Amino acid sequence: MNSLYYQKRLSRNVGDKFFTYLSVFCALISILPLIFLVTYILIKGGAQINADLFILEPNPPGDDLDAGGINPALIGTLVITTIASIIAIPVGVGGGIYLAEYSKGGPFSRFIRFGVNVLAGVPSIIAGVFIYALIVSTKIIFGSMYSGFAGGIALSILMLPTVIKTTDEGLKLVPNELRYASLGIGASMYTTILKITLPSAFRSIATGVLLGIARAAGETAPLIFTALFSYYYITGFGDLFYEMGSLAVLIYNFALEPYDAQNKLAWAASFILVMSILSVNIFSRILAAFTEKTKRI
Amino acid sequence: MEEKLILFKNRKRFGIEKNIDVIFKNTTLVLSSLVAIVLFGIILVVFFQSLESFSRYGLNFLVTSEWNPVKDEYGAFTAIYGTLVTSFLSLLITIPVGVGTAIFITEDFVPKFVREIVGSFVELLAAIPSVVLGLWAIFVLEPFFREFFVFLHNFFGWIPLFSSDPTGRNSLLAIIILVVMLLPIVTSIARDSLNQVPKKLRNAAYGIGASRWKTIFSVILPAALSGIMAGILLALGRAMGETMAVTMIIGNSNAFSWSLLSPGYTISSMLANQFGEADGSQVSSLFYAAFVLMILSLLVNIFAQLLVKKFSLKY
Repeated sequence: MNSLYYQKRLSRNVGDKFFTYLSVFCALISILPLIFLVTYILIKGGAQINADLFILEPNPPGDDLDAGGINPALIGTLVITTIASIIAIPVGVGGGIYLAEYSKGGPFSRFIRFGVNVLAGVPSIIAGVFIYALIVSTKIIFGSMYSGFAGGIALSILMLPTVIKTTDEGLKLVPNELRYASLGIGASMYTTILKITLPSAFRSIATGVLLGIARAAGETAPLIFTALFSYYYITGFGDLFYEMGSLAVLIYNFALEPYDAQNKLAWAASFILVMSILSVNIFSRILAAFTEKTKRI
Repeated sequence: MEEKLILFKNRKRFGIEKNIDVIFKNTTLVLSSLVAIVLFGIILVVFFQSLESFSRYGLNFLVTSEWNPVKDEYGAFTAIYGTLVTSFLSLLITIPVGVGTAIFITEDFVPKFVREIVGSFVELLAAIPSVVLGLWAIFVLEPFFREFFVFLHNFFGWIPLFSSDPTGRNSLLAIIILVVMLLPIVTSIARDSLNQVPKKLRNAAYGIGASRWKTIFSVILPAALSGIMAGILLALGRAMGETMAVTMIIGNSNAFSWSLLSPGYTISSMLANQFGEADGSQVSSLFYAAFVLMILSLLVNIFAQLLVKKFSLKY
């Protein structure tokens, strides 16, 4: 009769308890870094935020007590990420459309899907090395070497797999009935795709693309020898073809400076970068949850 | 009324419309082939740039650790060793913690919303740029672990891995920051594959009297093993290619040392450090190192893809 009751000291129950606590411990280890990191950035970076930060150029490292602002880097990140998006989004969405709508699962599409996954695993610094060899060292673009433009292309290589994958998967979720209905009333394939399937997959594609852009905005490795870094304001279109600063490279350069003022600037830049990336992530998470709920109804 | 009738009239598609359809299809075809072109382009460009160094040093490049731009002697052994050691050791720590966290998220020890919060925290950690993790490692982790490293050296100095006096930035810190970066990858993939294990299996195991953890170890983990393995391989690929955080904290020294407490080098940190200022045959040698890194990560990634395809759950 006793064996029907839960016995605390039974070895299987003791073992179970132990492993349960162990997994709780693992979960704690996993969330602690994020909590520490975000708190630290909030405190250390948040303290540096003021109006000058957004307006001024950074001063070259030295004994200057005042490090200046991060305006060129902030604008540079926006510009470089925009260039990357302009290249990667059309290519990625187009490629994703082919994979999901036209290919019938043949060897070509299997090969491309495989290639997308492999490209996603290529180390980001290799993308930088590739663009360096292809564009920077050959001066192929109007004779300019290091440029924001080259940096944007390098970033687009990293964004491309994400965009293709999310488009492919988003389109696959669209029910086939919609396609049949559209084709059945005589719409051509491209009208069906552009007017029916793509709009109904828009939200999931947009979420994925947004996450891809957020990831690209924080990438440093492909930029350190393609876009390099610049201390000066971006004043016009022509500056695209010269060295361009970015928040990520600013953090890298100034974190390694021995001067406190520069380190503080790196913290401030991290604050802005992390806060914008986290808010994009949280926003797209909410968007995704919202989509799921409306679908169930 | 009349207008609507016109809509339903039989209407032939114009030639131009058909052309647009074909053009659209072919455009998307070209765009999707761009992926393959870029991938092969990367491999070819890096390969051809490294030819000069390859023909001069051959495979000796992989086993010598001389890196001397003045004498034009190059060997990447220190960097290759550093890449392999940091990625494997960090993976060794990440696997149990990551899988443990994934089990925590998929089991019901705590209410669902707590698990969801833990899950999204882990995923948000993946969104933090690696350069910010590097900054954090330099100013927070390094001072935090300094005492611990001295302790490690004093008590475990007889192990070659801890045999040198701890320096400010070293390989062990790189391993720690890599663990932080790999945790989200292993956890989220392990969680997905644990979630895919059918409920039937769990209920059957409970039904014949297995305890919860007996069920997890003997039924659920084996069923999810292929997915978890693929996640581990992807994490390994990521660890080998990870650049910024490692570059900032590993100390960047080409002097070879068995000890994790002395500064080290990885291929990617070598590239990040030297590429900008390199010239002459150093560039080619760096491309050679990049080629080695690319082959390593390509192999790991392709193997992971095949594993997913071959052993995907068959329930």
